[in-house]
Amino acid sequence: MPDARRSMLDAFARRHRLHVLEALPWGVAIAAYFAFPDYLALGAQILAVIIFALSVDLVLGYAGIVTLGQAAFFGTGAYTAGILAANGWGEPLTGLLAAGAMAGAIGLLSGAIILRTSGLTLLMQTLVVAAMLSEAANKGGRITGGSDGLQGMDVWPILGQFRFDMFGHTAYLYCLAVLAVAWIAVRALVHSAFGRSLTGIRENVMRMHAIGAPVDRRKLVVYTVSAVLAGVSGGLIAQTTQFVGLGVLSLERSGTILIMLIIGGVGQLYGAFIGVPLYMIAQDRFSTIDPTYWYFWIGLFMVLMVVFAPGGVLGFFARRRARRGKP
Amino acid sequence: MSAAGLETQGLCKSFGALAVASAIDFRLERGARHALIGPNGAGKTSFVNLVTGALRPGAGRILLGGEDVTSLPQAARVKRGLVRTFQINALFRRLSVLENVTLAIAERDGVAEDFVRPAGRHRAVIEEAFALLDRLGLAEEAVRPVSELAYGRQRMTEIAVALGLAPKVLLLDEPAAGVPSGETATIIDLIERLPAEISVLIIEHDMELVFRLARRITVLVQGSVLIEGTPREIADDPRVRQVYLGERRHT
Amino acid sequence: MGDFLSIAISIAFHGLALAMVLYLISVGLSVTMGLMGFVNLAHGAFAMAGGYAMTTLMNRYGVPFWLALAAAVVIVGLASLVLERVLYRRFYGGGELNQVLLTMGLIFMSVGAATYLWGPVAQPIQLPQALRGQIDLGVRDFPVYRSFLILCGALLVTALWLALERTRFGVRVRAAVDNLAMAQTLGVNTSRLFALAFGLGSALAALGGGLGAELLAIAPGYALDNLVYFLIVVAVGGLGSIRGPFVAALILGVADTAFKYAAPELGAFFIYALTMGLLLWRPRGIFGPA
Repeated sequence: MPDARRSMLDAFARRHRLHVLEALPWGVAIAAYFAFPDYLALGAQILAVIIFALSVDLVLGYAGIVTLGQAAFFGTGAYTAGILAANGWGEPLTGLLAAGAMAGAIGLLSGAIILRTSGLTLLMQTLVVAAMLSEAANKGGRITGGSDGLQGMDVWPILGQFRFDMFGHTAYLYCLAVLAVAWIAVRALVHSAFGRSLTGIRENVMRMHAIGAPVDRRKLVVYTVSAVLAGVSGGLIAQTTQFVGLGVLSLERSGTILIMLIIGGVGQLYGAFIGVPLYMIAQDRFSTIDPTYWYFWIGLFMVLMVVFAPGGVLGFFARRRARRGKP
Repeated sequence: MSAAGLETQGLCKSFGALAVASAIDFRLERGARHALIGPNGAGKTSFVNLVTGALRPGAGRILLGGEDVTSLPQAARVKRGLVRTFQINALFRRLSVLENVTLAIAERDGVAEDFVRPAGRHRAVIEEAFALLDRLGLAEEAVRPVSELAYGRQRMTEIAVALGLAPKVLLLDEPAAGVPSGETATIIDLIERLPAEISVLIIEHDMELVFRLARRITVLVQGSVLIEGTPREIADDPRVRQVYLGERRHT
Repeated sequence: MGDFLSIAISIAFHGLALAMVLYLISVGLSVTMGLMGFVNLAHGAFAMAGGYAMTTLMNRYGVPFWLALAAAVVIVGLASLVLERVLYRRFYGGGELNQVLLTMGLIFMSVGAATYLWGPVAQPIQLPQALRGQIDLGVRDFPVYRSFLILCGALLVTALWLALERTRFGVRVRAAVDNLAMAQTLGVNTSRLFALAFGLGSALAALGGGLGAELLAIAPGYALDNLVYFLIVVAVGGLGSIRGPFVAALILGVADTAFKYAAPELGAFFIYALTMGLLLWRPRGIFGPA
């Protein structure tokens, strides 16, 4: 085979290879640990929410399932970890596993029921699932704390050694470690043949049926995996803030995670790493200046983005590369 | 009588008062080169949709190589070798030509279930996809997105994807539709060179193509089979000429 | 037994009134979604705007109820036409995700703007004298306000049905909902049709927001808090239908009132479960395409 063709095939087969730039987010995260010691609590939350955004990217950006109910899984994870810690079992790692497992179970169950629909009906069903859980949490005050939120969480030190301190040192590194594990898993999934088939489902589901792909099963698998990740993210937030409020299950939560992901860019894996910090840091800054009007400005930003830059930050760079003729 | 490549018995489908299929009995012999023709609205594409499982029949049976597949979903029939192309290309337009075909082969091989190993590690799939594209003359455009190709080349990609699935029965829904006349020759050539073991059914309007490629022809009119026979028999039949009276010849 | 009947009638009555408000607001959403295929999550913001416009005219400028309501409907209707022209139009036929994102952004803007302009507390509403008190409908007394809402709802669904069946506008809307491409080839000016339908739907929403201000409080979070209910009416009723959302609103309104009375510990949980069941049974809505 001529060299040109061989190298083309090699390049095609090597698309999953780690690129130098991929070390950047981790470098930044580690540098931030030392550079911003006063902001580690916020940093820990950012890291945890990135996992949530990754979970949405899997479902939305890769499989093309439009959902407004991801908070259902995030919230389930948060409440699971929270309720365990408030009732005598404060071991963080097992609590996190439980959070992921519980959220995954909800994802599997609801996905099996609703994923056969599409479009507005599916959107509705995802909303309804989240609303049901939110209502259950609201009314189940004895277990969840209701609208006051879950109090009295006692999270034990990680591995018996690392206590959660006031300044967020432990929390930050804990979230960073979990994010690293989650990222490895997501990246592997996305670059695998299974992950490529998800892209197919997103691009042309009719064609996927016509090549013999078990589309419904694939969608259910990715939906469940996404739910597990979202649950882990929720559990992390619960454990590191030692509080769970009804907001974790809210429509607003589902909306804002969507916004964060879109800012970074959907379907390109790193959109979460860009969008979440940008949003959360901006919100943090804004809250000291003008908390009430945050919604107006972020809403306006969303609208402008959808009109002028629908691909987010990564999309912007991709278009620039394309215009310059680079691959 | 040995099992046909594809057979339907009493296939029926109605949308309200409109009957798109009325008790269709059809046989596609193994290794056949069979054409399904008929005026617009005769129900040809509906027939393909019924047979492939995209549409559920009101009544009747569908047999693939002797096996009853009537209740099987579309994907299961594909796994058993029933493959179709679409009248309007149904490809992954933003993905490369090579990726389109590798996705199909990965499904066929069961590779697509692997969620751990990177897709690129399945080298055999990639090599096979590329070899197929090479045979079809699409090697040069392999890594370009499908949307950038000329329509005729996109149509070839559609057929490449179908071939990548190693079909036993291949349903080509108007393979030359929308293709500029300068590019139809390659498509016709490709169909002529298809392996003899594959049973091929072509839906077509273009009579030249039909008479050139088909050894048997079925004429479908308003959901029913009007007549079936050799090209000579069809060409001579006065009813067929009557049905096509007023139909402009597609060139 | 008489007690139970009395309670049942009460629930039905209150449920009906709520249903009418939900219907008023949601029917416009159903038509525009069926017509333009546009997922407008921000539709509730028009209802909210109607409520705020009306209460501001009344509370700050002393405008009488009926005039304020009429003015609110006109203002919001016109404003929606501008919004449709400038913004929404770009996204017809586009991807669902972009529509969801765009309208989510608009909802957030509405929350922020309302907080800025009117503060976080719900707007006080003073019903006109004519709508206060009770009215004797023979069997027993009913609140005038809610009776009026029910009457409005019934009149509206009749008027809409007549408009859809008897007017040229209605015929065009039905044709376009059924088959857009065909309607276009038959010479229907679809962009003007869309604009009119959108404006009308938003005006109705404003009417519902203003009239129903006692039932659905006018507060900054309105569009977000009530979104699920509006969408339930539309999704369960069926897109593009007039009758469907009416039936869905009836079910939702009465069921919500009944469940909240009979089992307040469970609240809206049953409503959501009911919705899920209905959507599984009829994914395109009760009156949607088969």
